[in-house]
Amino acid sequence: MAHSPTAEMGPEAGKEKFPGEIHETPGGGVVLSKLDDIINWARSNSLWPLTFATSCCGIEMMSTASAKYDFSRFGFEVARATPRQADVIIIAGTIVNKMAPVLKRLYDQMADPKYVIAMGACAISGGPFFYNTYSVVKGADHVIPVDVYVAGCPPRPEALLHALITLQQKIRAGLTREQIRSGQETK
Amino acid sequence: MTNEELKQLVTELLAEATVEDPAVPGPGWVTVHVDPPAWLSFARALREHPDEQFDYLFCLTCVDWKTHLTMVYHLSSTRHRQALVVKSKLDREHPEIESVSSIWKTAEFHEREVYEMFGVRFNGHPDLRLLILPDGWEGKYPLRKDFEDPVNMIRL
Repeated sequence: MAHSPTAEMGPEAGKEKFPGEIHETPGGGVVLSKLDDIINWARSNSLWPLTFATSCCGIEMMSTASAKYDFSRFGFEVARATPRQADVIIIAGTIVNKMAPVLKRLYDQMADPKYVIAMGACAISGGPFFYNTYSVVKGADHVIPVDVYVAGCPPRPEALLHALITLQQKIRAGLTREQIRSGQETK
Repeated sequence: MTNEELKQLVTELLAEATVEDPAVPGPGWVTVHVDPPAWLSFARALREHPDEQFDYLFCLTCVDWKTHLTMVYHLSSTRHRQALVVKSKLDREHPEIESVSSIWKTAEFHEREVYEMFGVRFNGHPDLRLLILPDGWEGKYPLRKDFEDPVNMIRL
């Protein structure tokens, strides 16, 4: 079952069924599926974020991780302090010119497949630092490719959870960035 | 010590120091203006006078007023629980003032930051070079009002 990356966020969001169908046979049953779909299903349900925060968005990210919002309910299990063990980097905060090479290096050190969420106005476009500043990168996507953007300054934890679930839907859809960009939304 | 007593003591230490009228009347911090040449000896007196003992420099910054620069020093006394603000007007073309890093060690980094952001030269500073900005930034002062950087900056 292919999911559109732009699927509506309803009460069923994040509760997609296992991608396969059961064929009843005498004495049990057989599950039929596609390996790609199972891999994407598994990947989307276990995404470990990197603990990377450069400003106030990081506080909201910590809140999203803690008991009240608890993103591990959705498979963002445990934040890793090393890029080698992380699947997704949430760019939570302003990226300045001096930080840009560090961000690039962290991204390069992450193992494939890897995903990027640009959290908040600074990571999207430089936000409040777009004009009249000598030091801020005008959007983290000048440095590394971004999968999901979350608006806000900073975004509330609900918004970050929405972004994380959107990323899961995107992964389950099984499309590459290039396929999504060219408008090809179904396999 | 009340603000009035502090003002009196300050003018005793340095006769030509002028006390600024507070923008909002009330028990705020006392602000004193001094000329750059008088600053170092005045600073040492503030640090050492037994009734003042301003042993803690908790803020050192600069303001670009377009016509001139103003150095701003926030001092505090941990002994007498008192604060004092000292301002000094600098020439914008050749901003120069004595370093106070020999009196308050913390000024070493703060003065380096003011140096890279505003281009103020601190005489007697032991190691006056860029603090945070990348190499090659000398001569460009990003916190001055007329700073332009066509590569990194988008003008509103």
